[in-house]
Amino acid sequence: MALNIPPKKTPIKEQDPKERIHNFNEVALGYTPEEAIAEAKRCITCPTKPCVSGCPVHIDIPTFIKYIKEGNFRAAIDTIKQYNNLPAICGRVCPQEDQCEAQCVVAKIPGHEPVAIGRLERFVADWEAEQGEVKIPEIKEKKGKKVAVVGAGPAGLTAAADLAKMGYDVTVFEAFHKPGGVLIYGIPEFRLPKRIVEREVEYIKKLGVKIMTNVVIGKSIPVDELLSEFDAVFIGVGAGAPKFIGVPGTNLNGVYSASEFLTRVNLMRAYEFPEYDTPIIVGKKVAVIGAGNTAMDAARTALRVGAEKVMIIYRRTEKEMPARLEEYHHAVEEGIEFHWLRQPKEYVGDEEGNVIGVRCAVMELGEPDESGRRRPVPTGEEDFIEADMVIEAIGQQAQKVLLDEFPQLKKNKWGYIDADLETGATNVKGVFAGGDIVTGAATVIEAMGAGKRAAKAIDRYLSGEWNPWE
Amino acid sequence: MPHKILRKRKLAHLVHDFVVEAPLVAEHAKPGHFIVVRLHEHGERIPLTIADVYPEEKAFRMIVRAVGKTTYELCMMKEGDEILDVVGPLGKPSEIEKYGRVLLIGGGVGIATLHPIAKALHEAGNEIISILGGRSAEYVIMQEEFKKFGEIVITTDDGTLGMKGVVTDAMEYLVKERGEKFDVAWAVGPTIMMKFAALKGKELGIPKVWVSLNPIMVDGTGMCGACRVTVGGEIKFACVDGPEFDGYQVEWDELMRRMTQYKKKEEEAFKRFLEKVGDVSWL
Repeated sequence: MALNIPPKKTPIKEQDPKERIHNFNEVALGYTPEEAIAEAKRCITCPTKPCVSGCPVHIDIPTFIKYIKEGNFRAAIDTIKQYNNLPAICGRVCPQEDQCEAQCVVAKIPGHEPVAIGRLERFVADWEAEQGEVKIPEIKEKKGKKVAVVGAGPAGLTAAADLAKMGYDVTVFEAFHKPGGVLIYGIPEFRLPKRIVEREVEYIKKLGVKIMTNVVIGKSIPVDELLSEFDAVFIGVGAGAPKFIGVPGTNLNGVYSASEFLTRVNLMRAYEFPEYDTPIIVGKKVAVIGAGNTAMDAARTALRVGAEKVMIIYRRTEKEMPARLEEYHHAVEEGIEFHWLRQPKEYVGDEEGNVIGVRCAVMELGEPDESGRRRPVPTGEEDFIEADMVIEAIGQQAQKVLLDEFPQLKKNKWGYIDADLETGATNVKGVFAGGDIVTGAATVIEAMGAGKRAAKAIDRYLSGEWNPWE
Repeated sequence: MPHKILRKRKLAHLVHDFVVEAPLVAEHAKPGHFIVVRLHEHGERIPLTIADVYPEEKAFRMIVRAVGKTTYELCMMKEGDEILDVVGPLGKPSEIEKYGRVLLIGGGVGIATLHPIAKALHEAGNEIISILGGRSAEYVIMQEEFKKFGEIVITTDDGTLGMKGVVTDAMEYLVKERGEKFDVAWAVGPTIMMKFAALKGKELGIPKVWVSLNPIMVDGTGMCGACRVTVGGEIKFACVDGPEFDGYQVEWDELMRRMTQYKKKEEEAFKRFLEKVGDVSWL
């Protein structure tokens, strides 16, 4: 039987790298119905369905794929939406290779790739959007209770949608002028078109969720006021605050955090300056520090806004790099240069305070550290990499605006909220939290999973079934 | 929710006084807080300061000087027009307490930023002397308001009102000639003025000069680090750690350099704007 399964995933059409580095259009173009059905047929509908356990929101993957095989796309998307409110987004940005697809039985057959579950999820979500009106599920009887969600990112939007479906009166507070969180300010247009996020946000609004933008909880509305006006609160403010290595020269002109660079381009649309008012100055030679997904996003964005040469500087090697393989491949195809085993020691500036290069320590790999990856150690040699723009993408930390105004909320030693991972319950009665503000920077789908679990727990708490604070 | 301009009047050439509807700002702003505004869908996010709040009208007052595309555009708006986004109040509030004798130094529209601080310091029982500086008489705004809090000393660059000179000259006059002693000072105005007011304050032995920084910002909530400034050898974000800092600890030259980062782009946008709107000499 196994012999009948094509070993490789049905390829997905992509924009040519030579062209796409000049535009912000999506790189991966999506399956046609025929391609989707062909790919769905690679699924053997195995009874053990290990893929489901690999999914943080436990989508019934074999069932939705079975419907695709049958050409019943409506049933396929309805199946997904029982578990996931934002399938068009997850189909695009989930690291499926570490989650559902990592568990796929087909991939256990020598020489076989897993079923392209992510591409199929994206296909049916996009198919539904093309049909025009997106189906709105029936809302159960109103519960007459109010829930506040702080932060309109993946965790918050998911919690809000689930709670609205259960009949709660949900208000989402978002500090930015647009909901979506990292999906809007962080992930670039060419990887996740903003219209898709907008479409999913519209869906959530149709569920009855109120979204209040430009409200910074803790500042625009004090925490006490929020706690007294709502029966429960879910905090999903993310880990959007930038970290800097802190080497000399960090405040030179031309040194950016990836958050600033991506926010200017993605949220503020600086790539359309002067049509849009927010400017960006892109160097000719851009050095991006770090090799995670954000670093890939920043590097590929720099290329699209006109950099002549973009380099990624990473203290370890390709093998330890945290970026998704797909993103790395895309970056390589687009001509990003990789400088492995280099650790910035100083950003060097000219007399006017503009950055002109990065002085790096040359590293080599030593013994494995606590993450299991081999630790980079300096060799004693140095290297100078010329760059007139530096973008640091070395990780994020807790968004502190709310936390600073909420001292009674317990934090862990890394400054994130100390919340129960299963329920999201914090030490403050009626307050739940989930997503990056609890775990530190992770993935969109993990944040959604946390939002879903918290929504269930909030329901149990508000209906009097369970109270962890008693 | 858009924010209606309830009242607007011209104070001086390119300086306009607004009352803008924003219930959350009106209700929760404390002295020292600031706001971020975005005028329209294509607009940039810029930080502006709060001159006063009117909770009964759910509105706040801001005084804006037109210096570039966005501020020109804002100053050209009329009563009844709507500002798309107003976010705030943001930042840490001023440390208001009873210090004793307080010197307030305001330059240009920085005088407006200083106003809520002055009011609160006055209510806290401090004795206040205010130095208000401007290029010429018409730019010395809010004189009547500040008179309520104590003595005012006016300086103008061209001598059209008060002392001819700059605010640091008035600081010298008060401390050296009149022998005034101050327990603390606030200096708010153009960055160059704050730098020299801090230097002068130190020279004159004032224990501390608070300054309110206005670097380039994007989100205003600690998410991007555009506004980072070195204070006491450490990197701080003006939006969440400030905007007020100890003026003796600020690395002024770095800050001023960082503020010029987008100069060329700003000029380009402004030129393009002027071509579109024509003569703006009336503003």
